[in-house]
Amino acid sequence: MCLGIPGQITAITDESRLMAMADVSGVRREVSLAPVADRPLCELVGQWALIHVGFAMAIIDEDEAARTLEALRDLGEAQETLEAMAEGAKALEGTQ
Amino acid sequence: MKHVTEFRDPTLAKALLSEIARLADQIGATRDTPLHIMEVCGGHTHAIFRFGLDKLVHDGIAFIHGPGCPVCVLPMARVDECIEIAEREGVIFTTFGDAMRVPGARGSLMQAKARGADIRMVYSPLDALEIARRNPDRDVVFFGLGFETTTPSTAFAIQAAAREGLANFSVFCNHITVPEPIRALLNDPHMKLDGFIGPGHVSMVIGTHPYDFIAQEFGKPIVVAGFEPIDLLQSVAMVLRQIADGRAEVENQYARVVPEHGNPASLAAISDVYMRRPSFEWRGLGEIDASGLRIRPAYAAYDAEEKFGVGYAGATRNVPEPEGCACGAVMTGRIKPTACPQYGKGCTPEMPLGALMVSSEGACAAYWQYGGARGAAA
Repeated sequence: MCLGIPGQITAITDESRLMAMADVSGVRREVSLAPVADRPLCELVGQWALIHVGFAMAIIDEDEAARTLEALRDLGEAQETLEAMAEGAKALEGTQ
Repeated sequence: MKHVTEFRDPTLAKALLSEIARLADQIGATRDTPLHIMEVCGGHTHAIFRFGLDKLVHDGIAFIHGPGCPVCVLPMARVDECIEIAEREGVIFTTFGDAMRVPGARGSLMQAKARGADIRMVYSPLDALEIARRNPDRDVVFFGLGFETTTPSTAFAIQAAAREGLANFSVFCNHITVPEPIRALLNDPHMKLDGFIGPGHVSMVIGTHPYDFIAQEFGKPIVVAGFEPIDLLQSVAMVLRQIADGRAEVENQYARVVPEHGNPASLAAISDVYMRRPSFEWRGLGEIDASGLRIRPAYAAYDAEEKFGVGYAGATRNVPEPEGCACGAVMTGRIKPTACPQYGKGCTPEMPLGALMVSSEGACAAYWQYGGARGAAA
C-alpha cells in the first residue's frame, strides 16, 4: 500500500487549495499537488506524477511513468489502486 | 512467476544475474552459507515473488522479507481500538481498504461494518475530508496508517481541516517509520543480515540520509531500489559489489524518483503535525523505540485519540497473538512462511489468522499466491 501510481495532471481545479485533476490510467481523479507545489502550478499541467493516496508525491518523466505503470500492472497494484479510487467515490455517497 | 525472457530487457536481466552469481561466488556465498539480503518494503517482497527473483538469483542469496508492510505489522489492539471508535454513536470511520480484513481480538473492521458500524473504505484522506464537509453533524475519523510515504497525506489533511475549521474531522494516528525497525533488527543478536534493499517510495519522501546509520554504525550496505525487476536485480548486484569491495554505503539505485534529501514539502508537513512517540508496538516485533508518530498538541482538536479517549497506551494493552501464529518469526526471517504450523491450514488469504496473510505485500500471502501448494511442500 506504499506504492504510488503514475498519473498525468490535466488541469488545476482549485489553485488556493493546490488541487488538480489527474488522469490515472483513464480514470479522472482530483489530487492534491501540495508535495510538488514548489513551482508555479500551471507548469505542472501536462506533467506526469507519482500519485499516492490522492497526493502527487513526485514529478516523473513520461518514460518512467510508462515503465512504473507496467510494473504496477504486473503486480496487480494498478488495478487495486483503481478499485480503491472507485470505492472512495462510493464512500462519499455512503453507498458502499 | 515470470521467465527472464519476459522481462522488459532480457539481455540486461541475464547480465545482472551473471554479475550477481560472479560476485556471490567471489564472496563465497553458497546455499548452505547464504548472504542474507533484507528487502524492507512489502512492495519489493511482492515484486520478488511475482517475478520469481528469489529463484532466478544465485542460490547463495537468501531474501529476508522485512517489516515494510504496514498492515502486517499492525497489532491486534490497534484494530480493536479502531472498532471501538467506529462503533461510537455518530461516527463515520474511514480507512484504506487494506486495513479492512486485518484480524483483531474482536474480529476485523469488515466484520464490524457487517454488524452495522458506519465504516467506509476510502482511497485518500482527501475523501475523508470531503465526507466530513458533507456530514457536519457526524464525527468523521480517518485511520492514519502506513509508513512515511503515506504520512504526508494525513498531515496535509489535518492542516487542511485546521485551515477550514473542520471540527468534525479527526485522524486516528498509527503512522510508523522505516529506519527504527531496521535498527531494532540490526541490534537483534539472533538476526544475521548482510545488506539491505531500501524502500523506494518511502525514500522519495525521506531521502537517503535516514539510512546513514546502517552503513556508518552497523557497517552494512543498503541500496534504495525501484520496483521493476531490473531495478531489484541491479540493487542486489550493488549490495553484493559493496560486500565484495568491503564497503558499506547508502547507495541510490532509484535516483530518477528518490532525491537525496527527500520531498521538502512533505517533510515540513510531517514535522508540523506529528511528533515521535517514545515507543510503539509492532505486531511480531514488539515495542520499538521512537518508531511511531502521534499528533502534536497544537492539532489536538483533530486527534481522535484525544477526542475519543482511545489510543495507544503502551505495552499494557498488548493483545496476545492467536495460538500457533508465527508471524513474528516469519517477519524477522527466522523461519519461512511454510514452516509456520498454521500456514495454509488455519491461515489462508481468504481466512487470515496472522497479518502476513492479509496483504499481497505480506510474505505469507506472497508465498501462497505465487507458491501455492508447491510453496507449502517446499
